[in-house]
Amino acid sequence: MVRKRLVVSLLWRKGVIVQSIAFRHTNVVGDPKVAIEFFNAWDADEIVLLNVGRDDLGPEKFLATLRHVSNHCFLPLTVGGWVNSLHRARLFIENGADKLVINSAGLDTPGFLTEVADTFGTQCVVASIDVRGTADSGYEVFADRGRRATGLGPVDAARRAIDHGAGEILLTSIDRDGSLSGYDLALIESVTRAVDVPVIVFGGVGKWDHLLEGLNAGAEAVAAGNIFHFTEQSTRAAKNYLRDANALVR
Amino acid sequence: MIGLVNYGVGNLRSVENAVRWVGGEVRLVDTAADLDGVNGVILPGVGAFAAAMTALNESGFSDAIRDWATVKRRPLLGVCLGMQLLAKESTEGGTVAGIGVIDARVERIRPDGGARVPHVGWNLVEKRRDSVLWNGNERATCYFVHSYALVFDDPETAERCVIGTTDHGGEIVAMAADDNVMGAQFHPEKSQRDGLDMLANFVRVADAW
Repeated sequence: MVRKRLVVSLLWRKGVIVQSIAFRHTNVVGDPKVAIEFFNAWDADEIVLLNVGRDDLGPEKFLATLRHVSNHCFLPLTVGGWVNSLHRARLFIENGADKLVINSAGLDTPGFLTEVADTFGTQCVVASIDVRGTADSGYEVFADRGRRATGLGPVDAARRAIDHGAGEILLTSIDRDGSLSGYDLALIESVTRAVDVPVIVFGGVGKWDHLLEGLNAGAEAVAAGNIFHFTEQSTRAAKNYLRDANALVR
Repeated sequence: MIGLVNYGVGNLRSVENAVRWVGGEVRLVDTAADLDGVNGVILPGVGAFAAAMTALNESGFSDAIRDWATVKRRPLLGVCLGMQLLAKESTEGGTVAGIGVIDARVERIRPDGGARVPHVGWNLVEKRRDSVLWNGNERATCYFVHSYALVFDDPETAERCVIGTTDHGGEIVAMAADDNVMGAQFHPEKSQRDGLDMLANFVRVADAW
């Protein structure tokens, strides 16, 4: 059986790795080169590298980081941020990405997901869905790194993305991002029940038990960012925790 | 020196980096004539079988790789689609002839019990027979991305050539080897230590062949 995955998210902005709280970037946590070597050695199953810069400053500087990661990482590499053209998608693939995270472009133009899937395969297309809670205890999907409401619910957004060629969903709770209070389990359950592609969940991990909760809620892969940056051998410790709890991990 | 076959399909960077990482020397082989001077050949590949075969046939690589494997009998490693291309034929996109140095066909996987296609993710590979790639190890956890896999019709050939299997709603051929010709359905260059060990074993044996 396919193993559940432990995913390290690296949020890149203007050449450095940043921390994020409710999609606002706070501390610089370091040099991407150091961060990457750190995780590669220690039991992560996948790295998600996202350019979370507010403006598209062009891909060159980000591609330099991507190349460095791909030269040193011998595990699947999932890359996103400003993937809004086939040209940009190809640049990422040629520089070492195995999968592409597509957010706003896929929400605005679902056919773009199809275009990328037809070119690189559905396994390459990870539709990113960023979600905020609404006043009436519902959920709404936001584009543009959490700044623009789309009027879509997470289940509808996920289904639509899959219909257009997404092979995987990256589901992020904006409210939980950086909160250390755990994943939004109700959100995870609602989406994982509604779709049959793997769902990677992100946002809120503050202790290893939160990872287990995410898997139990139906996630195929559990991602975290901040928690991994400040603990030595952190991915190994997380893996050991999951293994001891009988989760089917590598 | 390992030659990495560059036939214009897919991203070779990861394999190239991984071979270097384990201490091997590697160069991209852009034409069939460039196979002279390398000790081992790696045939990588992602994407569709038919498109890859067209590229290999038009560039003369198909004949050169067949010669390398069956006349020169030097070490050859196919990775993912690269392993499938070494088989006799595939049913992906109609029936398409492969290079034909592994006595197997390539068929779409049809897992039982709701397991998904493509088979994507980390899965356990168990040894069926020892080989250069295993070098005494018993199992490995490796990263897969595929919808098709090798099928051996002849039980004796299967017994000889299937060196590792994985389970995804049924048994899938994960590794094959027939003397100097080897293949991995997963991506050793994306499988951390377990995959890098196999590449290291291949490099070591190729350089000593």
